[in-house]
Amino acid sequence: MPIGTMVGWAGDVLAELAMVVGGIVVLLYALAAGPRRQVGAAWLALATTGVALALTIPALGEPGRLTFAGTYAHDAAAAVARVIVLLATGVTVAFSVPWFRRDPRHGEYYTLLLYGALGAMLLAGAAALTELVVAMLMSSATGFVLAAYHRKSSAAAEAAIKYYLVGALANAAMLMGVATLYGLAGATTLDRLAAGLPDSASPAASVAVALVMAGLMFKLGAVPVHVWVPDVAQGAPAPIAGFLTAVPKVGAFVFLARLVLVLPPSTVGWEMMVAVGAAATMTLGNLACLWQDDVRRLLGWSAVSQTGYGLMAVAALGRSDLAMAALLYFLAAYVPANLAAFGVVVTLRGRTALADYPGLANEHRTAAASLALSFLSFIGVPPLSGFVAKLLLFVVAIQAGLAWLAVIAAANTVISIFYYVRVLAPVYFAAAAGRMRTLGAAAAFATAASAAVLVVTGVIAQPLVAAFAAATPGR
Amino acid sequence: MLTAAIFIPILAAALLALLPRSRGLGASPRALAVAATIVAVVPLVLVAAAWLRFDGASGFQQVETVPWIPTLGISYRVGVDGLSLPLAAMTALVFTVAVAYPVDLRGRPVPYYALILFLEGASVGVFLALDLFLFFVFWDVSLVAMYFLIGAWGHGDAQRSALKFFLYTFAGSLPLLLAILGVYLATDPHTFDMAEIIRQQPLAGGGVYAALVFAGFFAGFAIKTPIVPFHTWLPPAHVDAPGPASAILAGVLLKMGTYGFVRILMSMVPGVWAQLSLPLAVLAVISIVYGALVALAQTNLKRLIAYTSVNHMGYVILGLAVAGAAAPGQEAARALALTGATVEMVAHGLITGGLFLVSGSVLARGGTYDLDSYGGLLGRARSLTWITALLAFASLGLPGLAGFVAEVQIFVGALAVYPALAAVALLGIVITAGLFLRMLGRLFLGALPERWREFPDLGRREAGLLGVLGAFVLLIGVVPGWLLGTIDAFAGPFVGRR
Repeated sequence: MPIGTMVGWAGDVLAELAMVVGGIVVLLYALAAGPRRQVGAAWLALATTGVALALTIPALGEPGRLTFAGTYAHDAAAAVARVIVLLATGVTVAFSVPWFRRDPRHGEYYTLLLYGALGAMLLAGAAALTELVVAMLMSSATGFVLAAYHRKSSAAAEAAIKYYLVGALANAAMLMGVATLYGLAGATTLDRLAAGLPDSASPAASVAVALVMAGLMFKLGAVPVHVWVPDVAQGAPAPIAGFLTAVPKVGAFVFLARLVLVLPPSTVGWEMMVAVGAAATMTLGNLACLWQDDVRRLLGWSAVSQTGYGLMAVAALGRSDLAMAALLYFLAAYVPANLAAFGVVVTLRGRTALADYPGLANEHRTAAASLALSFLSFIGVPPLSGFVAKLLLFVVAIQAGLAWLAVIAAANTVISIFYYVRVLAPVYFAAAAGRMRTLGAAAAFATAASAAVLVVTGVIAQPLVAAFAAATPGR
Repeated sequence: MLTAAIFIPILAAALLALLPRSRGLGASPRALAVAATIVAVVPLVLVAAAWLRFDGASGFQQVETVPWIPTLGISYRVGVDGLSLPLAAMTALVFTVAVAYPVDLRGRPVPYYALILFLEGASVGVFLALDLFLFFVFWDVSLVAMYFLIGAWGHGDAQRSALKFFLYTFAGSLPLLLAILGVYLATDPHTFDMAEIIRQQPLAGGGVYAALVFAGFFAGFAIKTPIVPFHTWLPPAHVDAPGPASAILAGVLLKMGTYGFVRILMSMVPGVWAQLSLPLAVLAVISIVYGALVALAQTNLKRLIAYTSVNHMGYVILGLAVAGAAAPGQEAARALALTGATVEMVAHGLITGGLFLVSGSVLARGGTYDLDSYGGLLGRARSLTWITALLAFASLGLPGLAGFVAEVQIFVGALAVYPALAAVALLGIVITAGLFLRMLGRLFLGALPERWREFPDLGRREAGLLGVLGAFVLLIGVVPGWLLGTIDAFAGPFVGRR
């Protein structure tokens, strides 16, 4: 491999390289800095995401192509995913600063956060099964540690153990699937995989694809490998709970889209797998939310149900021109809503029992409004971005001949009103039991900003929809 | 102009929401009420101005349009025609009265006025929107605003009623959304533009697809209207909402359902409507008779009025079923029924809106809706008596008042197309007359109970505001020509087109 080519390739992954370097810088700083200067690591992490974001923006307009010998995609879909991941990471840093202020030894937390984000970014760009494995492990390994970061909390330990066990199982399944696909097709890059797979129905190919999907479904928090989501949402440090329930999904959704777009539909029957998975995920997530008395656990189950909605777009890929746009817009709407909701929990110092929320609107108007906007966007109330997302998802599902899935999603949406309102009603209609103490302004500001994004991108949706409609990865 | 009618109240609501609660305007409910009323009048003035400029031709006029999400064929597009003008004007009038009407603010005036102004903009928007996406946006946000109004300022089991209202009507709005998408995907190129969809008639071929779209629209509008058996959300929501919110709910929000039937369902899927017009007329008659009978059995003033809404919406649906029926040679009767149904929407908005405000005032004075605990108020509260009597007589269809103009046209039209059903529906009129007379008797006649010796009459503000509604009820009843002419500009071509 000529050195010039390698340097050229490196130019395609500047944002990712920035994250690698930034993570190391943060780690070195954390080792050198004293207990009272650990917060500097947060600023370095924020600067790193800023640099990576600046390096990503130019890629948004470029025509899509493969780089690193066809193993990594440099296209609009990957760039959009990187932007979402990086913005979400910045917000997570803002949540984390006040949360960890009293922790004398937490600088390396930000390294893990940056590498977790990097895992999601690599996942979004991966165009080969080998890249998939690397990205998945990077995302998972950091996630396990981050979930357990409160070393002395038994809830965090339980969440991390569950996350780890399910993750190990799913990742092992994925590895077997990758190996089988390689054996069948004789290639690992997605473009050559398509040519190598058998044309007629092949049980082996179906099983292999299902195994790879199991790994991705784990990242997405989809049925049947969703069980970690409510535990992590409840037990992990609140800032990281918002991150882990949203950010890895961005990468996993985009890779899943890339994967299914190259699969010959008749061979493996992936549409049905995804459509049924979508229906099961949204329904189960919703039903589990119904009588939840713990807001963070409710947010976890709601994250599961939201994954189900997003999978509608994946199921419609290839049969609706707008499917990729719907998926990306859904992610752009879902991630800030999830962050805003967890941001409220962070702002309220992690208070999580439903019984602790009455009267919030009187005590903290902005926090209550952020929570309301987030929930209304989850429901899909216009003019919030969650509404445009749901509209796009319904459109592509109907276009793809999956009207039944749209009907199931509509029914689930009605059910979801019940549990979201069950939280919002006391927030607005009841009196507060006592003073509600809050964390620093950084978390409150980041929460409000995330909620504002829901309004802005919902009302001014055209630039996003137009850009995302042009972002369908080529075959 | 029309855009301003929608967004001035919404912008005012946004400004109010940012207002500090404890000082300045935020600390003075009286100044807030005045300011909110001034804002609430703006849409009324603007819609009236639009009406003056209306030239009586068919088709949409004074259209204002801006591309919104062109990639999906979505525009911001508003305009008026002979159907939407009277409804938008009625909406703005009912809101003006409701905003100015005194109400127990529970110490939270700022969010109350912010929500009600926001709801005004959204409601006017529903009637002016000429793009299905925009229509749905206004439709849905009006639900959210009403949910908070009932939940935070209602009484009784307000939160439960609010939740039931929200769940039920949202359950209607999702089939509506799916149906809108069904129509959207049938157009070529894909568009949400109502005028273009009506011109294209993409579902003219009928078939399962058209039937499914019809079912989605029907579910959405039938729940909102409501048609029996989709009405169970209505009584608790109306009873537990604060007076002005009940007035808006009955006067304006129910009309969104009936307006949707005409503007969307009958215009975009006319074939299926014509096929099903007989069963629809039967459903309407069931609503009429059932609503009247249940209202007859009520001892709670507000529940009674709520069930007469079910009855009155039945008249509207009967008129619409007749108007959309495939009855060759009966164009005149169908146009009459359609005009009558539209007048009924306006008349019911003014009359029932007024009656709900009255019941709010009764509650504020007597602390209960129980009719049996009142009596003999004629001597104590003269203006309350006269205004209630006027509205009640208008509601039961006394000639010379607005309800009569509407109902006589609906029945004349219905007798020509479905004579047997019309005869049954007349039963509803008889029962309604009886129940309103009984209600007036229980409230105002007989002996004055000792505890109401000091029952205060309506204040000047209440009496004046109700007087405005009463004046319009009388005006439409005596000289309906101006209203009928405008509606006919829509109804005539609508019926003759097919």
